[in-house]
Amino acid sequence: MNALPPALMALRVNGATMRVAAGPMTRLSTVLRDHCGLTGTKVGCEAGDCGACTVLVDGAQACACLVPLGQAAGAAVLTVEGLAADPLGAALQRAFLAHGAAQCGICTPGMLMAAMELLSRTVAPDEAAAQAALGGVLCRCTGYRKIIEAVLDAHRFLDAALPDAPNAGAAVGARMVRADGAAKVAGTARYGDDAAPLDALHLRVVRSPHAHARFTLGDFAPLLAAHPGLARVLTAADVPGRNGFGIYPDIKDQPVFAEGVARYRGDAVCALVGDAATLAAIRAGELPIAWEVLPALDVAAALADGAPAVQARWADNVLTTGRVVRGTPDFTAAAHVAEGQWRTGFVEHAYIEPEAGWARRVRPEGGGIGGSDRIEVHCSTQAPAMDREEVAGVLGLPVEAVRIVPTACGGGFGGKLDAGIQPVLAVAAWVTGRPVRAALPRIESMASSTKRHPASITARAGCDASGRLTGFEFDGTFDTGAYASWGPTVAGRVPVHAMGPYRVPAVRTRARAVFSHNPPSGAFRGFGVPQAAIAQEALCDRLADAVGMDRLEFRLLNALRPGDTTATGQVLEHSVGLVECLEALRPRWHALRAEAAAANARGGALRHGVGIACMWYGIGNTGMSNPSTMRITLDRDGRLTFLNGAVDIGQGSTTVLLQIAADALGLPVRDFALVLGDTDLTEDAGKTSASRQTFVSGRAAQAAGAALRAAILRRANAGETARLRLDGARLHVDDAVLDLAALEAPLEGVGRFDPPTVPLDAEGQGIPYATYGFAAQLAALAVDTELGTVALRRIVAAHDVGRAINPTLVEGQIHGGIAQGIGLALMEEYLPGRTENLHDYLIPTVGDVPPIECILVEASEPLGPYGAKGIGEPALVPTAPAILSAIRDATGAEVRQVPALPHRVLEAVRAARQ
Amino acid sequence: MAAAPYHRPETLEAALALLQDGAAPPIILAGGTDLYPAQAAAEAWMCPAPARRVLDISALSGLDGIEDRGEHHRIGARVTWAALRDATHLPAAFDGLRAAARQVGGAQVQNRATVLGNLCNASPAADGVPPLLALGAEVELASAARGTRRLPLAAFILGNRRTALAPDELALAVLVPRHGPGARGGFLKLGARSHLVISIAMVAGVIEVAAGRVAAARLAAGACSAVAQRLLAAEAAIVGRAADPPALAAAILPRHLGPLSPIDDVRATAAYRREAALVLLRRLVAGLAAPDRARVAA
Ligand SMILES: Cc1cc2nc3c(=O)[nH]c(=O)nc-3n(C[C@H](O)[C@H](O)[C@H](O)COP(=O)(O)OP(=O)(O)OC[C@H]3O[C@@H](n4cnc5c(N)ncnc54)[C@H](O)[C@@H]3O)c2cc1C
Ligand code: FES
Ligand code: FES
Repeated sequence: MNALPPALMALRVNGATMRVAAGPMTRLSTVLRDHCGLTGTKVGCEAGDCGACTVLVDGAQACACLVPLGQAAGAAVLTVEGLAADPLGAALQRAFLAHGAAQCGICTPGMLMAAMELLSRTVAPDEAAAQAALGGVLCRCTGYRKIIEAVLDAHRFLDAALPDAPNAGAAVGARMVRADGAAKVAGTARYGDDAAPLDALHLRVVRSPHAHARFTLGDFAPLLAAHPGLARVLTAADVPGRNGFGIYPDIKDQPVFAEGVARYRGDAVCALVGDAATLAAIRAGELPIAWEVLPALDVAAALADGAPAVQARWADNVLTTGRVVRGTPDFTAAAHVAEGQWRTGFVEHAYIEPEAGWARRVRPEGGGIGGSDRIEVHCSTQAPAMDREEVAGVLGLPVEAVRIVPTACGGGFGGKLDAGIQPVLAVAAWVTGRPVRAALPRIESMASSTKRHPASITARAGCDASGRLTGFEFDGTFDTGAYASWGPTVAGRVPVHAMGPYRVPAVRTRARAVFSHNPPSGAFRGFGVPQAAIAQEALCDRLADAVGMDRLEFRLLNALRPGDTTATGQVLEHSVGLVECLEALRPRWHALRAEAAAANARGGALRHGVGIACMWYGIGNTGMSNPSTMRITLDRDGRLTFLNGAVDIGQGSTTVLLQIAADALGLPVRDFALVLGDTDLTEDAGKTSASRQTFVSGRAAQAAGAALRAAILRRANAGETARLRLDGARLHVDDAVLDLAALEAPLEGVGRFDPPTVPLDAEGQGIPYATYGFAAQLAALAVDTELGTVALRRIVAAHDVGRAINPTLVEGQIHGGIAQGIGLALMEEYLPGRTENLHDYLIPTVGDVPPIECILVEASEPLGPYGAKGIGEPALVPTAPAILSAIRDATGAEVRQVPALPHRVLEAVRAARQ
Repeated sequence: MAAAPYHRPETLEAALALLQDGAAPPIILAGGTDLYPAQAAAEAWMCPAPARRVLDISALSGLDGIEDRGEHHRIGARVTWAALRDATHLPAAFDGLRAAARQVGGAQVQNRATVLGNLCNASPAADGVPPLLALGAEVELASAARGTRRLPLAAFILGNRRTALAPDELALAVLVPRHGPGARGGFLKLGARSHLVISIAMVAGVIEVAAGRVAAARLAAGACSAVAQRLLAAEAAIVGRAADPPALAAAILPRHLGPLSPIDDVRATAAYRREAALVLLRRLVAGLAAPDRARVAA
């Protein structure tokens, strides 16, 4: 027997010959993932734009999504799974771990392969060579700097091992390698599209191509008949529970499937469930959908008198208005007043892993379909507990019937805080009784997912003759798109932060979230504060200039200090490290300004400048409870398990919480087994947002460690300072031994923390946050005054993080936040229907992030674990304002609309010269 | 696409024979770096292209070299941007084309994408076109029925995504005529980020300096019109002048950019493009004329 069927094609992958039954035009990425089971090769776009799929073909890096199987056959393909077998590959993996070059890890396989090509050809590459080699792989998390460090340092790891994990009591503050890192560099971490069962049906959402349209659905029977591989079409009528989801308990306004009206380009209309090939072949024109295109409202039109309502419930199209009022700013009495208008656009999260996951309906043991069936959704998410509630609502089930199992998350940045595709997957699996999977193609992901709110801002600030701020006024309109999502959060957070981290006696701020027929704007690193900071920091610069003060000293004069009262009436007692940040920057400020002045003295079209910006950021939800619960168990067999419901989206909570728990307990991190995220196994840690996991869950982890320690010490009758050592089932407590096997029950420590806040009243008075992060950043750059292009030279970032639990991870957050700030400032602009892919929508590449110096300030927060607060969002906030400040410093140009694309900069340079 | 027949012949005869099927000629596949992204874009809004037969030319013999044929250099249809980028032996007239090679996509794309594919795809922003216009290149086409023919590049690319390629034809090579020993090429690309960027505007030129004067100049600009354009008036403005960089730059005037007809799009405004093209062109010319900077690339 056994001549191969003709359809089988052979290829050599990682040294082994594989025979696959796939057509010759099948993308190599599909072949590797679906036919060879090598899911380490990631897919982020299928268009060559992201490089996540980079593999080596005969030693040369290639995007596997652009290589037909027909061309790969006969070639030697190396994927991330084959890297460790090569000593250089293994060294490179260790270098990535040691340098913290992998955060979410979704770009890591592609980065490693691109670097491998370089390192196999060049023993000691320089930075330029590394940039050229990595230029085709996008990373949204790291800001690339640590990746470059790792690549340049890789050869050293040929005979260097990884640093040891910290010992008992030494974890907090250590540059520990991330606990989830090994799987990420090996390509074995399982993301949303990596672990669906083989028999899962595929799901494809049909979306409105129109920003606003009425539609009617016809008879799907002919479509089903024409495509035997199409198992089912799902519409609103198939949603068993509530056809709506949304962040707020009283606003479930986004339909799983729209009913008769589509409100943005990307709105879900129905879904097709079947085999992958069938779904790929079905054309929009075959679907029985009759469209009647309606006029689409932008924010200005939505606010006009008599405008139709985007959603009937909000007749004036205003979703929420947030305000803070303290005193009455009197600008006539101010010595100097600055004012202006600013505009920002939609910004796409551009996580390299698009929304993906799978769901299944689980019959209870013993069979029988009935009321006790459960639904299980495995997905890439930032908020498993919220997903659980959404899925329960949509299916009409109690939450106990829903299990959310977070997969590894290939980037979130706020974009995976919404329910994403979880509701539709759950409906499909529930209705069909079959496992169902989906991974959004990049374009669909960009069209359908939430965005950063575009803002249009009018602001005014005044100061006295000595430079002290006397009043501040801010009015921001935020385009919240078709559905509410996190719009109320943005409208609530912005007015609190809009005056910046300064003492201002009289403040009047307002932010409105307004509906339009645009994509829903949701949560994006900073919740509106980065947009507000652009306006507010520009005013600071202008006032400083008007007073004739150095821009740094002006900020220092006005900076909040411990004991100050904020505009919401909150007295800041502790952990207000802005003064330290500014003082730490001062020498760099002067040095960089001197360098810029020297460069400018040489003349020419390039003008150099240095900018500065500050920020503050409230950690956790705004004036709302946001508790977290952590659990640690010590079993009778000596198994120590940390049950941690917080999802690590790359920012490092898995590692940081482990470091905290370990030191609180007094055992080394290597003793712990981790159970992460699964809603059946862990307690609700709250969502991974608002920079809250280190502070809130960290404090809960500390309490859990302390509780378990107390339980142990009680058993052993030992004193507070006893040293613990775990040796199988024998727990040494100083010189005594606790025989765990002899215990009647496992030991357990549970910790819970809910940061104390007081809700804001109608005037915005209250205690919105228990603590705040503070920061100041410098940006040095050159503007080409003939082309309007901006070349960044350096960023110096000083951040008050309370305590750096893991300095490498903190730096990683700062680098990554800065990279996103660079994107916001200089290149990112999502235009529905026009920049919905990763070649028209530009995010920074490896060559766009200049060297970054991090200065960590630790103004200890008594409420935080070991003094720590958050860093995730603070890192991004000051970058764009600092860049705009530097452009103005270099050229006098006031850029009032971001991104500062070359044509906008050139226009502003011209305007400044007139 | 997966279900349709796929051919990967090794001989030109076999390839041209496949193209003779007038009713349903196969689609030609080289590096695939334009074809696959187009497929992804079409599928995203559920408009997949109907399955077509595929002629994969990646195994054709004899098309993978950059050959010095005396009167011209011949760049075969399988030559990738990486091969061109790494061809350090090429004369300085090729510097612009090689600078473009370094900036087409990232290394992954350069390793597989072909120069000919870039021309055949005929995007207004194709980075290969201005340098090859400046080099005075011709495209060699072949069909089973009519043998080979040559077209100047400007006559080959007819419009946005339109070429003179007949349905039964294959582009075999691009031919670059020999330039004088003093000829130097340059290329300047402007985009909103450092790597992987579609040009907002780009310019290319080949300039020959003899006895301190510009003896010959060929200039072109891309992404500023549906097809990249030679800039004859700009060339005329500098030929014969002393090779003094600032003076040459100043000699190029806005009106010399007449052939350009830029548009407003997500990357820039039309007015900006026109201005940027002028700035880039002046810098390019100045750089190429500067005796101490033989190689101009951005
Ligand atoms: C991430 C990414 C970045 C990119 N960046 C750039 C860039 O910066 N600048 C730029 O100019 N381009 C860029 N491109 C586009 C693309 O890489 C180039 O146009 C490339 O040179 C195309 O070559 P190919 O061999 O891959 O063509 P293919 O995709 O194989 O073919 C392209 C077209 O040409 C036809 N064709 C190919 N060869 C022949 C032939 N010999 N005879 C007749 N017809 C033929 C095909 O039928 C098809 O229509 C980028 C692409 C990607 C994916
Ligand atoms: S998936 Fe291949 S480049 Fe993005
Ligand atoms: S670590 Fe690079 S994309 Fe997340």
